[in-house]
Amino acid sequence: MSIIKFLDEFTTETLLEGRSSRREIFGTLGSLSKKAAMAAIPFGLATMPKKAFAQQMTEADPVGALQLALTLEYLEDEFYDLALQSGVLPSGRPETVYMQISKHEQAHVDFLIAGLEGAGVTPVSKPTFDFTVGGMFDPFNDNGIGADTAYAQLLALAQAFEDTGVRAYKGQAGNLLGSPFLTAALQIHSVEARHASEIRRLRGLKGWITNNERGTGMPEATQAVYNGEENITQGGLDVTSLGSGSPFGMEAATEAYDEALTGDEAVAIASLFIVAEE
Amino acid sequence: MKKSIIKVDPVKSFNDRRRFLKLGGMGIVGVGLLVACSNDDNGDDGMMPPPDGIFDLGEGDLGVLNYAYALEQLEADFYTKVVNSFYSGISDEERQVLTDLYNHEVNHREFFKTAITAAVGSSTELILPTLEFDYGNLDFGNREQVLNTARTLEDTGVAAYNGAGRLIQDPGYLLLAGKIVSVEARHASAIRTLINPGSADFAGDDIVTVDTGLDLAMDPSDIIAAVGATGFIKTQFTANNLP
Repeated sequence: MSIIKFLDEFTTETLLEGRSSRREIFGTLGSLSKKAAMAAIPFGLATMPKKAFAQQMTEADPVGALQLALTLEYLEDEFYDLALQSGVLPSGRPETVYMQISKHEQAHVDFLIAGLEGAGVTPVSKPTFDFTVGGMFDPFNDNGIGADTAYAQLLALAQAFEDTGVRAYKGQAGNLLGSPFLTAALQIHSVEARHASEIRRLRGLKGWITNNERGTGMPEATQAVYNGEENITQGGLDVTSLGSGSPFGMEAATEAYDEALTGDEAVAIASLFIVAEE
Repeated sequence: MKKSIIKVDPVKSFNDRRRFLKLGGMGIVGVGLLVACSNDDNGDDGMMPPPDGIFDLGEGDLGVLNYAYALEQLEADFYTKVVNSFYSGISDEERQVLTDLYNHEVNHREFFKTAITAAVGSSTELILPTLEFDYGNLDFGNREQVLNTARTLEDTGVAAYNGAGRLIQDPGYLLLAGKIVSVEARHASAIRTLINPGSADFAGDDIVTVDTGLDLAMDPSDIIAAVGATGFIKTQFTANNLP
């Protein structure tokens, strides 16, 4: 199954008959996951954009770390802006949550640009994003998929972006060791984690990641965001063997530690939403 | 005996987290801790000797590990008490969240204990001892007090790890701190939403600076002063070799 075919199924209007409750939508997306498993086109295997910044971003140095961070923040910032403008978000908690997150992502973009420029580095320019991935998603309901499906996609994408952000920043910490930007990057990293927890809980999940589970209703295509989270070896220690009882079971032992993504892995995930320029 | 401000009026004093974290800056030091942090400018002059019989966290990566171990001991002990006598009327969601937090923090505590033990080899006198705790008038049967204390501990943990990152020299330890701090931030977010459902408090303007979008980062001396001000930690120790 091609990725186009998969995404087409993900967004097919006929998946929803009439107006569904949110719970039903999540159920629908859950069954979609099984189809997605056959598609097997995870986020992380998207075609790399033919852009110079992809190389610059994956340099294992402080500049590369910050350029990658800026690219991810551009993505999140634009996503939340469009989400808030879409009219898809229900008022109340969802809108409140997206507004707060949007405020932070914009601040992160501004902060990183100022930091790079302050260091005499030209920030990467904002890529052209396509959150419909060629028109196959419709998270902002621009193409009439319907507000309920669009909202479910908005939530699923937000979870994937936030959980990716947490892992990506973590993966860059080592590249910022000894750099004046380390503390600020950590301060952004924990804000992304606060966001991730809230979005996950808004979707009815735990705020933390169990094993490598992407969670109910998340398409198989997002599995690359969660692969590796099942790790139980921390600092050479098996953290399921440090004692007995529930704190040392697989669930707790994997939830208690978030894992990192490499720069390449983070770029590959983000690239699905970046329009390649010729 | 000056216990903590929270023992006078726990709920009210915890309602303003910033105020709590700033207690250290106001010179309020709890009886449980001897706080005499240096500013780490003494470089390679060697460690300042601790006062007689008082454990010092140490310097460098070991100092940071012991510091994290102290905070994780506090969190783990607090949640152990919470789950052993849940407040009445607790919701299923709250029970699940607090049980998970107990599981995670106990795992973190045992991780640091084992990691530090492995790192110091035969120099076991360098391992922070098991601390004793006293929560004074904190009412574990009171939902508001339990959740507000949890919020303070989690937010403090985030600020502590964020501030300690720059003190770590080994990339492996830095990555480990990163793996743990984001979980603490996930906790803080969840607890904050339990306290104020439907709000923006999960990453509220009281904790995330609005114009930069940055979470708090605090030095060990400030964190230890703030934690000391709670009076929760009975066992004395110093952090004379951390900033």
